[in-house]
Amino acid sequence: MSVLTVTGLCKSFGGLHVTTDVDLNVEPGERRLIIGPNGAGKTTLFNLITGEINPDKGSIHLFGQDVTKVPSRRRPHLGMARTYQIITLFPRDSIVHNVSLALLGLSPLRWNPIIDMKRQGHIVEHARAALERVGLAHIAERPLAQTSYGERRRVEIAMALAQNPKLLLLDEPFAGLSIDERRDVQQCLMAIPRDVTMVMIEHNMDVALEFAERITLLHFGEVIFEGNRAEVVADPRTREVYLGH
Amino acid sequence: MNFWLVLTANSVTFGGLLFLLSAGFSLIFGLMRIPNLTHGSLFMLGAYVGATFVVGLLGFQLNFWLAAILATLAVAAVGALAERLLLRRLPGDQLAQVLVTLGLSFMAADFCLMVWGGDPLNIATPGGLGGFVRFGVMVFPAYRLAIIVIAIVVAVGLWLLLDRTRLGAMIRAGVDDPDMARVVGIRVSQLFTVVFALGAGLAAFAGIIGGPILSVYPGLDQDMLPLALVVVILGGSGSLLGSFVGSIIVGFIYNFGQALLPELAYFVLFMPMLLVLLLRPQGLFGRHVP
Amino acid sequence: MSARLIALGIAFATLVTVPYWMPGDYYINVASQILFYAIFALGLNVLVGYAGLVSLGHAGLFGIAAYATAYMLQTGYGHTAAIVVALIVGIASMAVYAVLSLRSTGIGFIMITLALGEILWGLAYRWISLTGGDNGISVRTRPEPFGFSLASPNTFYYTTLIIFLLSVAAMAVLVRSPFGASLMGTRDQPRRMNALGYHVWMIRFYACLVSGLLTAVSGILFVYYTQFISPQTLALTSSAEVLLMVISGGAGTLLGPIVGATLVVVVKTVVSGFIERWNFLLGAVFVAIVILMPEGLVPGSARLWRLAWRKLNAPAKTAATEGEP
Repeated sequence: MSVLTVTGLCKSFGGLHVTTDVDLNVEPGERRLIIGPNGAGKTTLFNLITGEINPDKGSIHLFGQDVTKVPSRRRPHLGMARTYQIITLFPRDSIVHNVSLALLGLSPLRWNPIIDMKRQGHIVEHARAALERVGLAHIAERPLAQTSYGERRRVEIAMALAQNPKLLLLDEPFAGLSIDERRDVQQCLMAIPRDVTMVMIEHNMDVALEFAERITLLHFGEVIFEGNRAEVVADPRTREVYLGH
Repeated sequence: MNFWLVLTANSVTFGGLLFLLSAGFSLIFGLMRIPNLTHGSLFMLGAYVGATFVVGLLGFQLNFWLAAILATLAVAAVGALAERLLLRRLPGDQLAQVLVTLGLSFMAADFCLMVWGGDPLNIATPGGLGGFVRFGVMVFPAYRLAIIVIAIVVAVGLWLLLDRTRLGAMIRAGVDDPDMARVVGIRVSQLFTVVFALGAGLAAFAGIIGGPILSVYPGLDQDMLPLALVVVILGGSGSLLGSFVGSIIVGFIYNFGQALLPELAYFVLFMPMLLVLLLRPQGLFGRHVP
Repeated sequence: MSARLIALGIAFATLVTVPYWMPGDYYINVASQILFYAIFALGLNVLVGYAGLVSLGHAGLFGIAAYATAYMLQTGYGHTAAIVVALIVGIASMAVYAVLSLRSTGIGFIMITLALGEILWGLAYRWISLTGGDNGISVRTRPEPFGFSLASPNTFYYTTLIIFLLSVAAMAVLVRSPFGASLMGTRDQPRRMNALGYHVWMIRFYACLVSGLLTAVSGILFVYYTQFISPQTLALTSSAEVLLMVISGGAGTLLGPIVGATLVVVVKTVVSGFIERWNFLLGAVFVAIVILMPEGLVPGSARLWRLAWRKLNAPAKTAATEGEP
């Protein structure tokens, strides 16, 4: 059974077709890379998959279940998590509180108005464990406002990992990082076990190609090409569309 | 039969006044993205200042129309100052800007009470317009007709300003997309001052023109502000046509509601607005959601 | 931590002994006013401070509970029935108010709540057969729970104090709870919260109900305190007054609304003693606070205090090092 199946997905904004008849099939354990020039509709595709925007046409199946009409807030509960290209964290809170919020989102405890959040040992423990995986456990109590851009990128990933997803969507996790930071993030992505399926949007071909097994090339909202690493590099359409030659 | 005709005529007149009041409110809302809660106060201030000029200041009694123009200019200057000195300090913080306009409206209300006292002031109908105009079987007070004509003239003037002038083009660009306007080199912050002054002046003009019908009294601001709010929510912010149609609709609802369902007049007035907010949040003619 | 406990203990002792050191009934009544307005401000703070939703129609909800109490008593029901009905009516009205206004956030929310507040005021003012219009409704007696009459300033003060302390305790628990964390999350990053699996609308709706409960409680205390309710209580000025309490003290803090309520009630009482121009001052304070100290007095003074402390300490240390041989 496929982890994610997208069939005939269409979306337009006021006459501008940002997603045109997109088909996508991701198998369990896969590392899928989605590439394409700016404005190819990559982030829109993610927003459609997570349900933050509704498609005009087409369907989305998650683990064999049709989720096209499932509200976006329910989808994380089905085992899907994402990170954002533009970092969206809780700037007033500490790192560990940010990750705790990710955990709380999937727990019935989130409705509880009586107990003390700080005393929920299992949540804090899990949050720390997630931070351990991205190498931030030593600064868990630091306020988010006092962290670097690279650290925030890793907090994004820790929040997604904390939700223990079966499908992880990564929207440009390397954007704006220095070479050292990029290596750190790459290491923590490589360490994610195979029972988590990953789909990544990335501009940086060097890092991305190392990560991906199958690659989908998107251009003007359409899937132009899909294949493995060698096929994509060899295909003339990649050069044409992506490298602009 | 006569009852309905009078009610209809009053509704159209009131609609014309509301247009003068709400056109500026709508432009400010469209451009700065804030409901200007001082708009009722500017209306009242215009009426008081105008009334003072008409009744006589330092021994000079002014002609009604001259007084109206002077009051308009004075209040426009007050509006420009408020924008320059206060709202300007809170760029991009719309919530704070709304709260500042709320605070200013309380100060203005108390200021008027302090200066002009608690008794209503009546403004005499300007000379030559005290009589009636006959249309076949219908008799129409000349001054009310004049208000309708003035409202139409101002509407056409505003339309020409927005559609045919460079300033108008900049305002339209700012209403459509302030960020884009900034990018193409329009100094949006200066535009804010100009539009705020224009809106304040129009509100003040409406106040003095409406004086002979409504008179001026403490609390006039709180009576007018909600009406402007309803008009703009109905018509859509930043749209001149929206303000015009919204004003006429509200003019009718207000007058008919007062006459037929006095106990529920406010309820009847606000229901259409709530419906529009819920079903079509950008307003009947608006382009974006507030 | 212990300094905080001591401060809390002193505050508690001060509140409990108010009737013994206040110079007279007049001042005890002012203290009662501060307490029930503080409950009102705490209720509004749930929305303004913790949910990031600025309501400009809360006086309408406050007034509904007050009118419901007065109307029930006037119709001949007892105090228990009046209070229960007022609470139910208050929360039900809040539910409707929330469903209508939660269609929007930001400026849209402000405008819808402003309109709803005006509708409620208009109804109170014009629906004369129900509300008595401008004449309002009088409440002849105060309740006597278990034979303990609330007629005197002292007993009314103590009852209000108990309800106030319960409200503060409930708020303190709420903001530390997971629900509190969820609510503040929807204030800071609603879209992210949704993507993390939270039902943002429902969280806001529950927050509205909590706010509605505190607002209704304070409305009932108000009508028993003044023993009179008229449309003026529902006017935009009243909504702005309580918003000023929240913002001046510090929205999104526990202590802020209490400090704000104290400030506003004291200034209003003192000022109205010798000048009529309370509204001018209200407006001026509003403008000044929004422009000069937007975070409110409690966080603002805390910031200034920390700054001053650092400045004072730094030269002291340098002086000490220099002084060494």
